[in-house]
Amino acid sequence: MTTSPSWRNPDPRGPYHLLIIGAGPAGLIAARAAVRGGAKVALIERNLLGGSCLNNGCIPSKAIIRTSRLYREMRDAEHFGGRVPGGIAVDFPAVMERVRRIRARLSERGSAERLAAMGIDLHFGEARFAGPDSVTVGGNVLRFKKALVATGARPVRPPIPGLEEAGYLTYENVFDLTECPQRLLVIGGGPVGCELAQAFARLGSRVTLVEEDPMFLGHEERDAAQLLSDALARDGIEIHLDTQTTRVRVEGNDKVADLVNDDTKRTVAVDQILVGVGTAPNVQGLELEAAGVVYDDARGIPVDDFLRTTNRRIFAAGDVCAGNKFPHIESAAGRIVVANALFLGRQRLSAEAIPWCTFTDPEIAHVGMYVTEARQKNIPVKTFTILMHEVDRAITDGEEEGFVKVHVREGTGKILGATVVASHAGDLINEISLAMSAGLDLHALARVNQPYPTQSQAIKMAAGAYVASRRTSFRTWLMTKWLSW
Amino acid sequence: MRILCDALDTRIRYDVVLAPVTADAKKRIAKPMLDDELLDHLQRGAFGYFADEANPANGLVADTSRKDSPASIAVVGLALSVYPVAVERGWLTREDAAARTLVTLRFFETSAQGSGADATGYNGFYYHFLDRESGKRVWRCEVSPIDTALLFAGILTAGAYFTDATSTEAEIRALARELYGRIDWNWARNGKAAVAHGWKPENGFLHYAWEGYNEATLLYVLGLASPTHPLPAASYAAWTATYQWERIYGCDLLYAGPLFIHQFSHAWIDFRKIRDPFMREKGSDYFENSCRAVDVQREYARRDPNEYGTYGPDSWGLSAGDGPGLRTMRVHGRERRFFEYTARGVPYGPDDGTIAPVAALASLPFAPALALSAVRHFLELYPEWADTWRLPSGFNRNAPGADSRGWISEGSYGLDQGIAILMIENYRSGLIWKLMRNSPPIRTGLKRAGFEGGWL
Repeated sequence: MTTSPSWRNPDPRGPYHLLIIGAGPAGLIAARAAVRGGAKVALIERNLLGGSCLNNGCIPSKAIIRTSRLYREMRDAEHFGGRVPGGIAVDFPAVMERVRRIRARLSERGSAERLAAMGIDLHFGEARFAGPDSVTVGGNVLRFKKALVATGARPVRPPIPGLEEAGYLTYENVFDLTECPQRLLVIGGGPVGCELAQAFARLGSRVTLVEEDPMFLGHEERDAAQLLSDALARDGIEIHLDTQTTRVRVEGNDKVADLVNDDTKRTVAVDQILVGVGTAPNVQGLELEAAGVVYDDARGIPVDDFLRTTNRRIFAAGDVCAGNKFPHIESAAGRIVVANALFLGRQRLSAEAIPWCTFTDPEIAHVGMYVTEARQKNIPVKTFTILMHEVDRAITDGEEEGFVKVHVREGTGKILGATVVASHAGDLINEISLAMSAGLDLHALARVNQPYPTQSQAIKMAAGAYVASRRTSFRTWLMTKWLSW
Repeated sequence: MRILCDALDTRIRYDVVLAPVTADAKKRIAKPMLDDELLDHLQRGAFGYFADEANPANGLVADTSRKDSPASIAVVGLALSVYPVAVERGWLTREDAAARTLVTLRFFETSAQGSGADATGYNGFYYHFLDRESGKRVWRCEVSPIDTALLFAGILTAGAYFTDATSTEAEIRALARELYGRIDWNWARNGKAAVAHGWKPENGFLHYAWEGYNEATLLYVLGLASPTHPLPAASYAAWTATYQWERIYGCDLLYAGPLFIHQFSHAWIDFRKIRDPFMREKGSDYFENSCRAVDVQREYARRDPNEYGTYGPDSWGLSAGDGPGLRTMRVHGRERRFFEYTARGVPYGPDDGTIAPVAALASLPFAPALALSAVRHFLELYPEWADTWRLPSGFNRNAPGADSRGWISEGSYGLDQGIAILMIENYRSGLIWKLMRNSPPIRTGLKRAGFEGGWL
C-alpha cells in the first residue's frame, strides 16, 4: 500500500514484456510471476498498492469479523459451559486500531520498495492507452509487447433519491469509522452487506439489512441462504428481503430511509447507512478505445476464456471484467495471464476450480457448479449431504450449524461442485477444490486418512456416503458369501 | 346469487351432529383402541371443522376457527373434497353434500372477476383470502395460483364424484368445467416459464415463482391440462429444473424441508408407480419420495440437533403451521428464537422446536405404522385433544404456554383438518385417489408433464 513521498517513477525501459495497469491482487500476482520468469515488467498504480482487497476489502473486513465473533462467543459463553464475562463492553476504537495495524503489517509485504527490488518497474500515476502497444503515465510513454488491465472496481452508487445528500458508507470508507453507529442501515444482501451487517450487529449496532431479492447471496444455494438468514436474525439483525429502499432524507440527526416490500411501506431512522450493492468496473479514463479494446461502462471489459480482450496483445483480469468479485479469482486470473501472454500458454479460466467464500458466521463457501447449472446442461446430478450436526468435532466445537454438499454426476463419483456452510467453510472447501483440480473423485476422497476428530471429517463422510451408495445388493451378497466361506 | 343460495339453504342440514366425544378423554385414550377406530375418531373430529366453519350462504370456509378469520380458498377446496368423504362415511347425505357443493360453485361462478382491488378473483384465479360474508378480497392479499389450484382440486373432485343424473349434480359438473376453463394459466406466468406466486392490483406480480420442489406439482398438472389456456410444457421443465436430488441421512430423495410439501399434491393425485422424466432418471416416484421424507423427518427428530429434548421417533412433524410467536427468550439456559406461522423444515430449518401434529397424521399413506405411533404419542401427551379429536396446528414444549406442557396453538386451521381427512381417507379406502385417477384434467396434466407408468 505504501510509498514514500520521495518516490520517483523509474525511467521507461524499452518495450516491456508485460505492462500491468492496477496493483491489486491480479496485478501483483501477475507482476511477481512474470518477473520471476525473467520478463521485463512495468506495474502502474494510481492509488494504493494492494487494491481494495488489502486496503478496504477482504483484509480489514476479516479483521473486524474476527473481533465481532469474539464478542458473540463471549455472550454465548454459557452454551459452552463457561460463564458470561461481566461487563462486556465493545471498545470500538480499539477494534478499528487493530484493523489498521493488520492492514499496515500486511501491506509491508507488497511495498513499493520490495516490488522495485524484485525488478518490477513501478509507476504511480494515471495510466492512459496511447495506442495498441503503448501507455502514458506521468508524462512518460511506456511501450509494451503484452499488457494486462487489472484496474479493479469501485462500489456502485445506487440511484436512491436523497442518498447522496444524506451521505453513506461503502466498503471503501466504512473502516475509517471512529465510532460504532448505534443504528445502521445496510443496503444490499450480498457478501459485503451480510458480512458487515453481522459484524456491526455483534459489535453493538442495531442493524437493519435490506435486500431487493427474495434471498441473500442471490447466486448461492437456497438452503445456504436460508441458514444465513436464520443466523443473521439470531444476531438481532432486522431483515427485510424482497424490499427496496426508495428514498433517503435527513431529519435532525437521523438519516431516514423509506422501505417498500410488495405494497407495504415502512420507515427506518438510523445514524449511518452502509451501501453494498455491488461494484462497477474501473474502465473510465483508460482510453481503451485508443488500444482497440472494447468495453462497457457497467459490465467492464469482455474477455475470452484465455482472458484476452478484443486487442489480442491486451489481457484483462479481476473485477474489471470477471463475474465473481473475489480476490482468489483475481489471483488465478493473474497467473493465467502470465502463462498465456508470455509463455505461449493455453490456460483457460473455465478449467480452474475456483472456490469462493462469504465470511459470515457460518461461512458459506462454494466451488464448481451449482445443481441448477448442471441441470441446465442436462447433466444428471446427485448431491451427497452431510449435516454438520453429524460431525463429532462440530458437536464438540458447538458449531453444528451448516452442511457439506458435494454434487456429483449421477452414477459416478465425479465431483461437479460443492457448497459448504460451516464455521470454517472457507477452509473446508479447499479439500474439495484440491480434489477437483487434481481430477480426484469421491472414491479417492473416501480413502483419504484424516486426524480424528476434525470438522473436515464431513467431507470424508460425504465421500463415504457415496461409496456406500455404490454398494449394490449383489455386491453385498457376494461379500457376505465370501466372509461366510 | 343470493336468492339461489337461500333457496338451497332450505335443503341443507347444517346441524350435522358428530358422534359425541365428551366422555373422559384420558380414560378413552388409555383404552387400547384399534387403528381404524382411532382414525374414525380423528377423521370425524376434523370434519366437524367444516360443519362449524362453512358459511351456508356461499360455501366459503374460514381459514381458522379463530374469531373474525376470513375464508381461505384453499380451505374451500379441501371442503369440496371432504364432502364426498363425508357422504361415503355417512356423515352427510349425498343431497346435503351436493347442495353445499353447488352453493359454493355458484358463488365462484357469479362473484366479481376483475383487476379491481375488491373483486373476488382475476383471470379465473381467486384471491387467497375472502370475506366470509361478502366474498370479497381481504387483507390486501394476492391473487393466488397455488391456492386457486387447491380450490380447483376440490372443484374437480366434486365434478368427479357427483355423477348422478340429478339437476343439482349435473349443474355441479357443468360449473366445474366452466370455472376450470375460465382460468388463464398463461397470464400467471407473467411472460416467464414458471408460474408466479401471485398478483396484486396495487403492484402487479409478486417477484417469486413456483420453482424448486414444493406443493405446486398440482398447480402445474392442472395448468398443463387446461382446455382453454394451458401452460406450455416448458413451464413444467422450468419447475423441475431447480429440483435437488440429495442423499441425506442415507436416504436419496428430492429434497423439500417442510413435510406438507410432500403431502398436499398427494391428497388428490395417486403418485404410486407413475413417474415424470425426473423420477424416471432417479428410479423413484413422488410417493416413494414422500415415504423417504418421513424417514428423514424421523431421523432428524431422533438426532434433535438443536437439543430441544422434545423430539423423538414418535415426536416429529416439522411443517408449515402456527408457532409460539416471534420472540427470543432463554429456556433452560439457552437462547431460543420462536416463530409465528411459518414453514418449518428439516434438516436446514427453520426449527424452533414446534411440531405440527397433523403433518405426522397426514403421512399415514406413506408410513402408516409410524404416523399412527406418532399420533398416539401426541394424544398421550395431550389427552384433552380427544375431546374434539381435532389436532391443533402446532405445539412446542419449550415455549411457555398455559401449563408446564408448553405452548399449544389455539383453535384449529382448516388446511390441517382438510388434509387430515383426505390423507386418512386415501389410506383407508383410496377414495380421492380413485376419483381423481378418472378426472380428465388430472390425467391430461400428468401426461403433458411427462408422467408414465402405473395406473396412468
